[in-house]
Amino acid sequence: MVCVSAAGGTVTMKRLLLAAILLSIAASLPAQAADKVKIGFISTLSGPSAALGVDIRDAFMLAVKLNGGKLGGLPAEVLIGDDQFKPEVGRQLAEKDVKLDKVDFLTGFVFSNIMLASVPVAFENKIIYISPNAAPSPLAGKQCNPYFFAASWPNDAYHEAAGQHATDKGYKSVYMLAPNYQAGKDSLEGFKRFYKGSVAGEVYTQLGQLDYSAELAQVRATKPEAVYIFLPGGMGINFIKQFVAAGLSKDMQLITPGFSSDQDIIRAVGDPMLGTFDAAHWALDLDNAANRKFVAEFEKEYKRLPTVYASQGYDAALLIDSAVREVKGKIENTEAVRKALKAAKFQSVRGAFKFNRNQYPIQNYYLRVVGKDSQGRLVNKTIGTIFKDRGDAYVQDCPMR
Amino acid sequence: MSWVLILEQFLNGLQFGLMLFLLAAGLTLVFGIMDMINLAHGSLYMLGAFLAAALVQATGSFVFGVLLAVPATAAIGMLLEMSVLRTLYARDHLSQVLATFALILIFNEAVRIVWGSDMPLQMPAALSGPVELLPGMFYPAYRLLIIGVGAAVAALLYLLVARTRIGMLVRAGASNREMALAMGVDVRRLFTLLFGVGAGLCAVAGALLGPLLAVQVGMGENILILAFVVIVIGGIGSIRGALVGAVLVGLVDTIGRAFLPMLFGLFFQPRVASAAGPAIASVLAYLLMVAVLYFRPRGLFPARG
Repeated sequence: MVCVSAAGGTVTMKRLLLAAILLSIAASLPAQAADKVKIGFISTLSGPSAALGVDIRDAFMLAVKLNGGKLGGLPAEVLIGDDQFKPEVGRQLAEKDVKLDKVDFLTGFVFSNIMLASVPVAFENKIIYISPNAAPSPLAGKQCNPYFFAASWPNDAYHEAAGQHATDKGYKSVYMLAPNYQAGKDSLEGFKRFYKGSVAGEVYTQLGQLDYSAELAQVRATKPEAVYIFLPGGMGINFIKQFVAAGLSKDMQLITPGFSSDQDIIRAVGDPMLGTFDAAHWALDLDNAANRKFVAEFEKEYKRLPTVYASQGYDAALLIDSAVREVKGKIENTEAVRKALKAAKFQSVRGAFKFNRNQYPIQNYYLRVVGKDSQGRLVNKTIGTIFKDRGDAYVQDCPMR
Repeated sequence: MSWVLILEQFLNGLQFGLMLFLLAAGLTLVFGIMDMINLAHGSLYMLGAFLAAALVQATGSFVFGVLLAVPATAAIGMLLEMSVLRTLYARDHLSQVLATFALILIFNEAVRIVWGSDMPLQMPAALSGPVELLPGMFYPAYRLLIIGVGAAVAALLYLLVARTRIGMLVRAGASNREMALAMGVDVRRLFTLLFGVGAGLCAVAGALLGPLLAVQVGMGENILILAFVVIVIGGIGSIRGALVGAVLVGLVDTIGRAFLPMLFGLFFQPRVASAAGPAIASVLAYLLMVAVLYFRPRGLFPARG
């Protein structure tokens, strides 16, 4: 590189080098079939809420690794970005991935609010977003989008399944708690959609609340048969610890959505979790070959048990893998890729599922209970199926066919 | 609504208030005497909880774990004061805020590297259930323990500040720092010691609340905001103010959450009540602060005359 030695300052040198590298990359790009698949992975990887994003990333990268670094036969390049739990950072990263790095797929976001702020740039540029977690109701109904695939579950689904479980059990009164924001209200609406008994109380608490003593005293005075909580993250840990300390677990049944009694929460709460019922579309012990391999490999690689978030990250990678293989590496043909994604020809760790016309999954939801496994560890055990082949309540509003 | 429920909610408020006091006491002294805004105070609380969880696991005993975590956190607090914070005293508040905010981020990631993002910490089995205080009134035994320890620490701290020589120096520093300096008080040592005590109190709060709250990265930031509200209400630099402010905030917050939705239910449609009740209850502590600042801009018990 003669020109580099001729140039003076280090800044110019770096620029020239960069230009040279970019040029050589551009020159090496073939005109037809891609020689690699580029994936933008943006998630919350630092700060208090990082555990979920880290699990999704780890499982996604595990799937790529087990595939020999390839997805659908093409070498996979995954650009990992940290949205820092901030919508504006997520949006900037998404714009960089889509406009500058020209990724083929975008994935990763944990939180609905950050995802909704960030993915429009992908939609506008006809880049497909595969959601490994957030699947908000608006995108399932009126605003359904051809470039959005939910590899997880519709946001309401766990609450609906929990409500159905409460009905199946014949609980006559349920006390419900959720944080005072939109997702909290949506979750309790979802629960009530399938719960047929009476509501002993419907309480909205502060977002990020630490102490639930006041609410627990009311619960004790109301004497419901069951308590349903939608308290994500630390709020749920606080509540469950205090619920058990107050002695209420002896008098009433605690029911939660799957993510509120998953491995990350169990790790933080410990034994008080025993006997908690929850609803989810996946479990550690789901008996299928893909899941057995996933759980064993995840534990081997990361020395911890996977959460439901991890299962979604792994499935997102397998979904991309299946679609790229199906179109034989011709990922420039977005319509063909969409069709291939929609077919979802892969062995999901959740067992069989298919995409609805709004590109949200139709799948089973299971009843799980926290107990001890053969090694004495606290885990979720599957004890029944609540919904079979359940879609979502919004698909009829989706104009896509 | 029975009187048993009211009494129970009163105890809940008291318990929450006493824990806030442990955090606010250190914060108010550092702020009042050193004139230093330490946002990393919450990080010491987090560190205390994680150390307690790790030590409880290592020793197999809740009491030993907690007793060891307190001096360990105090030592870390003093090291922090001597190495980093000391250089910030002469700077303006903005530099202090920036530097201690950086410390929050550093502590959070350091804790995540060492212990992961959360840890289990369970209460001793003997205290894990409720006890019947009065016929028909059950109260969690562990919360009673917190009330007991919180009250004992408050009394000890009062004796320390009001009756000992060191306490005298602390009070002198709080009411007029320049004069205390001029009278030959060894401020450097006093500040280090004070910071250690503050960190130790954080650890007591973190370790005791650990079994009730999530021991996780970032736990310090949530509670720090309320601790600041407490010291503003109580008067910056005043231990008595911190105690009164903390119990007031604890009671107002708990009683508000418990009874405001019911009260609203009497006057409004159920839909309005269920939306407005919790919304207003969640800002009651801040409304209290606004009211106090309006009538007594220096707080209830201003340390400086």
